[in-house]
Amino acid sequence: MIEITNLSKTFTLHNQGGVVIPVMQGANVSVGAGECVGLIGASGAGKSTLMRLVYGNYLAAGGQILVDGLDVTQAEPREILALRRDRLGYVSQFLRVVPRVPTLDVVAEPLLSVGVDPETARIRARTLLSRLNIPERLWSLSPTSFSGGEQQRVNIARGFAHEYPAMLLDEPTASLDAGNRETVLSLIEEAKARGAAIIGIFHDEAARDRVCDRQINVSDFTPEAAA
Amino acid sequence: MTHLYTTPEAEMNAYNFAYLDEQTKRMIRRAILKGLAIPGYQVPFASREMPMPYGWGTGGVQVSAAVLMPEDTLKVIDQGADDTTNAVSIRKFFEKTAGIATTEQTTKASVIQTRHRIPEAALSEGQILVYQVPIPEPLRFLEPSEVETRKMHSLEEYGLMHVKLYEDISRHGAIATAYAYPVKVEERYVMDPSPIPKFDNPKMEMAAIQLFGAGREQRIYAIPPYTQVVSLDFDDFPFEASKADHACDLCGADDSYLDEVIMDDKGTRMFVCSDTDYCAARRHAGHVGAQGIPEKESVI
Amino acid sequence: MTPLLQVKDIAKTYGARIGCTAVSFDLYPGEVMGIVGESGSGKSTLLNCLAGHLEPDAGQVLFDTRSAGMQDTVTMSEPERRMLSRTDWAFVHQHARDGLRMNVSAGGNVGERLMAVGARHYGEIRSQAIDWLDRVEIHETRIDDRPTAFSGGMQQRLQIARNLVTGPRLVFMDEPTGGLDVSVQARLLDLLRGLVRKMGLSAIIVTHDLAVVRLLADRLMVMKDGHVVETGLTDQVLDDPQHAYTQLLVSSVLQV
Repeated sequence: MIEITNLSKTFTLHNQGGVVIPVMQGANVSVGAGECVGLIGASGAGKSTLMRLVYGNYLAAGGQILVDGLDVTQAEPREILALRRDRLGYVSQFLRVVPRVPTLDVVAEPLLSVGVDPETARIRARTLLSRLNIPERLWSLSPTSFSGGEQQRVNIARGFAHEYPAMLLDEPTASLDAGNRETVLSLIEEAKARGAAIIGIFHDEAARDRVCDRQINVSDFTPEAAA
Repeated sequence: MTHLYTTPEAEMNAYNFAYLDEQTKRMIRRAILKGLAIPGYQVPFASREMPMPYGWGTGGVQVSAAVLMPEDTLKVIDQGADDTTNAVSIRKFFEKTAGIATTEQTTKASVIQTRHRIPEAALSEGQILVYQVPIPEPLRFLEPSEVETRKMHSLEEYGLMHVKLYEDISRHGAIATAYAYPVKVEERYVMDPSPIPKFDNPKMEMAAIQLFGAGREQRIYAIPPYTQVVSLDFDDFPFEASKADHACDLCGADDSYLDEVIMDDKGTRMFVCSDTDYCAARRHAGHVGAQGIPEKESVI
Repeated sequence: MTPLLQVKDIAKTYGARIGCTAVSFDLYPGEVMGIVGESGSGKSTLLNCLAGHLEPDAGQVLFDTRSAGMQDTVTMSEPERRMLSRTDWAFVHQHARDGLRMNVSAGGNVGERLMAVGARHYGEIRSQAIDWLDRVEIHETRIDDRPTAFSGGMQQRLQIARNLVTGPRLVFMDEPTGGLDVSVQARLLDLLRGLVRKMGLSAIIVTHDLAVVRLLADRLMVMKDGHVVETGLTDQVLDDPQHAYTQLLVSSVLQV
């Protein structure tokens, strides 16, 4: 599902004397359907960089990233947007939404954008919000005014609303209480069970051991020059 | 070309026929012919200074001067009346500069210059009706740019005209435009019919030639005989040629456009035909209105 | 899928000075593209060339017309181009007064495009105007008020309603949030985003405000001195800018 071949990434700082910083080279990762791969490595080793490259948020310097057959390093913006809409989900710890949109619609939106009828989408959104213990009285409010923890859980609900065949999870369980952590891990297991290919970053070792089938140390991809 | 007298005395005293020189008249006639060929289209022309202020009919006078022939009979009306200052002075102007016959009778005139009315009596073939026009551009009040309005005419972009009517209805509940009501000529050009009451709009499909002259704005336009002239409207707010719901108090006519006259400080009102010739002719024929006096008795 | 708009090698010079040059891109149905750059970078010149307000010196602007497929709008006749700009295209000006008739009521402003394409039923025009005022969050009791009585944000929303009432497929926007208070901007952006998504509009938005494009645009084109220096997915260009100028632009934004 996700095939990363000989991927490299450099940053060129034009405004600081044109310094070229190589941050990754020779990265090879393969994730099949129903598989969860955990990225490990010291802080700054490039875990998030790799995730962002796969999501198309960073531009690769070389190599190939195939997600469901589409090479993200070469794709047109609209192809990447279509990929993100239909097949590649991304859950980060931080919620970024437009003000004024009610929580229920924030969660239902990924479903609506793939053409699920509004009623079905809302039912699914309600189920997820309930499971993640967001009180029902908040559903009609915009999440922008929620606490950090609530925002994080809304974001997870949104990320798991549509059943993406490929998912990127950036610290989904960070700072959650035991109950909600358990819910998120179940959601990940359910996604695996339906065949989703997942790449995740978990600092929570217990969580990592529970859901990840394999672990990859991104320090292996750190270029010599920068090491 | 008309020859001028060449004696020094005559040169001092004589005007060329109908005041304007022949070259100017030819220029105006060309504009008129072009206007007739493109009904409703505003033809620019080199308007001359006339011995009267703008707003007093300089456009109409130039058009009249260009079409008058020595054998013509001229009638001049202002708001339907032959006896108002403007009508009287223009009539005298042509009596003096062209030496032509004048009349107050619609049927006897071959050229009728008018300000803001169409005579009640149907005009016939061979007659010419000359309108005085203050602002020839119907789109002007909403679009100040002449470049843009010319483009709108050439591309038939007339949505804006309906915006004006829309504004009327939204503000007054009905199309409140009562005069200078826009028309579409022969399904092509939207035209300002000059500030005639909309009551007169249906009469514009007539047997006579209609010429429009705007002196200050330097435009001439025309409607040939038997040309289709449609007043703009909405499906659910159709055009209505309205008039005061009353009969003429002098001649009893219930089909003519009426002027409302305030009689005293107590608000006593009287409705009389705006077309003085029409009213006089009816009274002469024996018709008497509610406040009228039979003609035979009134004549001393 | 065929592009809605294909721009090929557009160039416009003002004497010796370059307005914009060698600009090419395809815009697909439903795509929103942002054009960013500082004042004088050529982004407004480009937008005006695309929208038919300026004639480019070279290049083609192909638009997928409903009746005849791909047509070069640069060489098409003026009546055809003006018809497009009244039906399939919309142009939202930075200053609402450039895009509104200030002496005509809100309802008349919205209704004008309908009347321009032949609507002749007052009741229907009015109910469509009310519907559109509602969509841009202007209460229907304001329908007979003139835009002069509206706040800047309301005027801008009215301009948007007036533009979208005929269901255009391509919207050009020139700094649509420029000159508005930040809170008013947010509301307008939110509204625009909703309308663009709901109607499946394609849009080209010129702005110097990177927050605006982050929220509205799918992809970005960065211009400097009349040249396109970088293009790509919006979040990629903003988070991983490649060109020196884009890096400078992104790093110059004050963090709140």
